[in-house]
Amino acid sequence: MRPQATPSLYWLTEVPDWRNRLRSLRAQLTGEHDLASIRREAVALAKAPLDFMRTVALDQAVQSLAGLGGGDVRLAILSTSTTGRLGAAIRVACLRRGLTCSIYEPDYGQWLQELHHQESGLHRFSPTAILFATDARTAVGGLSFMAHADEVHTQRQAFVARMAGAWRRARDAFGCHVIQQTCLPHLTSPIGQNEHLLAGSPTNFLMQLNADLRVAATDAGVDVLSVDTHAAQDGLAVWHDPALWFGAKQEISAAAAPLYGDLVARLVAARRGLSAKCLVLDLDNTIWGGVVGDDGVAGLVLGQGSAAGEAFLALQAYAKALAARGVILAICSKNDEAVARHAFAHHPEMILKLDDIAWFVANWQDKATNLRVIAQGLNLGLDSLVFVDDNPAERDLVRRELPTVSTPEVPEDPALIPRCLADAGYFETVTVTAEDRARSGLYRTNAARAELEAQATDIEAYLADLQMHLSWAPFDHINLPRIVQLINKTNQFNLTTRRVSETDVAALIDAPDILALQFRLRDRFGDIGIIAVLIARRIAEDVQDASFQIDTWLMSCRVLGRGVEAATLNVLASQAVARGARGLIGVYRPTERNGIVADHYAKLGFQSHDAPDLSEEGGFVGRLDLADFVPRSTSIKTEQADQP
Amino acid sequence: MTKDEIYAALAEIFEDVFGRSDLVLKPSTSAKDISGWDSIRQIDIILSVEQRFQIKLTTRDLDRLTCVGDLVRVISRLAR
Repeated sequence: MRPQATPSLYWLTEVPDWRNRLRSLRAQLTGEHDLASIRREAVALAKAPLDFMRTVALDQAVQSLAGLGGGDVRLAILSTSTTGRLGAAIRVACLRRGLTCSIYEPDYGQWLQELHHQESGLHRFSPTAILFATDARTAVGGLSFMAHADEVHTQRQAFVARMAGAWRRARDAFGCHVIQQTCLPHLTSPIGQNEHLLAGSPTNFLMQLNADLRVAATDAGVDVLSVDTHAAQDGLAVWHDPALWFGAKQEISAAAAPLYGDLVARLVAARRGLSAKCLVLDLDNTIWGGVVGDDGVAGLVLGQGSAAGEAFLALQAYAKALAARGVILAICSKNDEAVARHAFAHHPEMILKLDDIAWFVANWQDKATNLRVIAQGLNLGLDSLVFVDDNPAERDLVRRELPTVSTPEVPEDPALIPRCLADAGYFETVTVTAEDRARSGLYRTNAARAELEAQATDIEAYLADLQMHLSWAPFDHINLPRIVQLINKTNQFNLTTRRVSETDVAALIDAPDILALQFRLRDRFGDIGIIAVLIARRIAEDVQDASFQIDTWLMSCRVLGRGVEAATLNVLASQAVARGARGLIGVYRPTERNGIVADHYAKLGFQSHDAPDLSEEGGFVGRLDLADFVPRSTSIKTEQADQP
Repeated sequence: MTKDEIYAALAEIFEDVFGRSDLVLKPSTSAKDISGWDSIRQIDIILSVEQRFQIKLTTRDLDRLTCVGDLVRVISRLAR
């Protein structure tokens, strides 16, 4: 029998001379070496469409290098069957995203003991994420084909309850990110197409179990690793190899390992706010057929009556669906701007409207320059952009100039592009909040704001003209998901970069001695939503005096440069005084990405404290005396929100 | 496919799996000759062989593998 086609990472681009570059990477490891350059090279090699062999080879090379970075991610795989090289594939997929990942895998079947015993290797490892990889046979247990429906139901409920208990325990012990793998439905069916007639059929059992696991996971804030839906797409035969099961008790086939690793890394990255945020589309021969400047609006291939025309429509519909759940859309095209906008506005079949586009660039400059403009205009990092262009030369230029922009190797046929974008998982998301749904609109109004800023020469007048209202409230249950998302996704304007679970944050609601505040901003362009979060804790300074220490202060970069920081401080100071505090303590902990707030507290008038540990790494601790506090002047009206 | 071609491809696979380019493969080479050749590496080798030669070993084939020579025999039987 010839093997099935393997699921490949086909959206990635081949790295020329890959094998020789790996050899020289290995050679460098033994001699004197520069860690940063080796790391860059390893990340570049990880971005090739690696199969199983190359994944293992790259992982071996990187693993032999101690000190490549202590591990941004510490992932424990608690599995009920052999995982083989799945760990290697996860490490390589994390590397592809610039994350260093260390993995802990106890012997399979030991997961419950590891979770429960304080002295276990798992507890020493102290994971930042746990993946529960449960195999189908374990889930089905000894269930008989002929079991009665009640018995089947009870077993399913018991299994879900056991997993939910394990998730809770993992959360309680480590406060970590929890991932549950769905069961791979690879057990053979005794009935056929109407498998549901037999309650105890393993196929039927697993189908319903996976549905139940998803409901329970959503309730518990646990992310699901959907191997079942991927197996349905790629074919079960490429995800599960019976010979490998019988020979090594490994359930996920080796051929599927690179994709499996990528799927896990997507969830890890999404929880860290590293998923892409903006889809940038070319126009001619990407979202419509033909060249609008040559063919005219009437000459474009778009819409009913032509196979290609319908395929372009389907791509537009997919982009629109992404926008509806919070992905920002932008256009980057070599075109006359008036001609391009005219086609957008006047072609009757267009699904995408000018209103859907947060930033529209059509000119004759090179696309790398234009992508920089888009990123800057939307206040996003280049690594937040995904660029789709039918022209291989443009793609190549962008990859060379801007390697951090994701530029998928999209298929030539427009009919295949939505599937390619979905398969690549650039926009993987783990929570859907009301703000996500409104985001594209938000960025569009942001673009309008930026244009106003470009016109206004006097920044004070500009800010006054924005008519900003900042409304604040203590944390509440309704906004909990958005608060947690903001805390875990904000990297730049974040003084201490503490990550939290939903449980941690829920515990702060109405907690005594805690000031936990959320801030919402609106201006004359619209409601921007919750844009800042502040958590301060009462500490006793001496016998009579108490202060509030600011554990967390973060803000969305969308509202930088508007004086929101000062308005936020005014609220915090008045609330702290109302609780009898004499001072505020601010702490800045530097990370690779939060340099923009290094002077935050100094700028707000905090007096530096001596803090040798922190100042060595460029950190800061300071105190603001509240006895003589004068509210800072801003262009923002501040009010307490009504109770929800 | 000639024996030489198979050995050349196997050399590359072993280089990837063990991260060493100094291994010399002979028909009699087996797990006791190469340090680190454990059950996980054994699976790495088999899966790499399957991908490289576009073949699928059966459970019977797996049970019969004891040395590089066995592997070469299976490959020459299955590969076109």
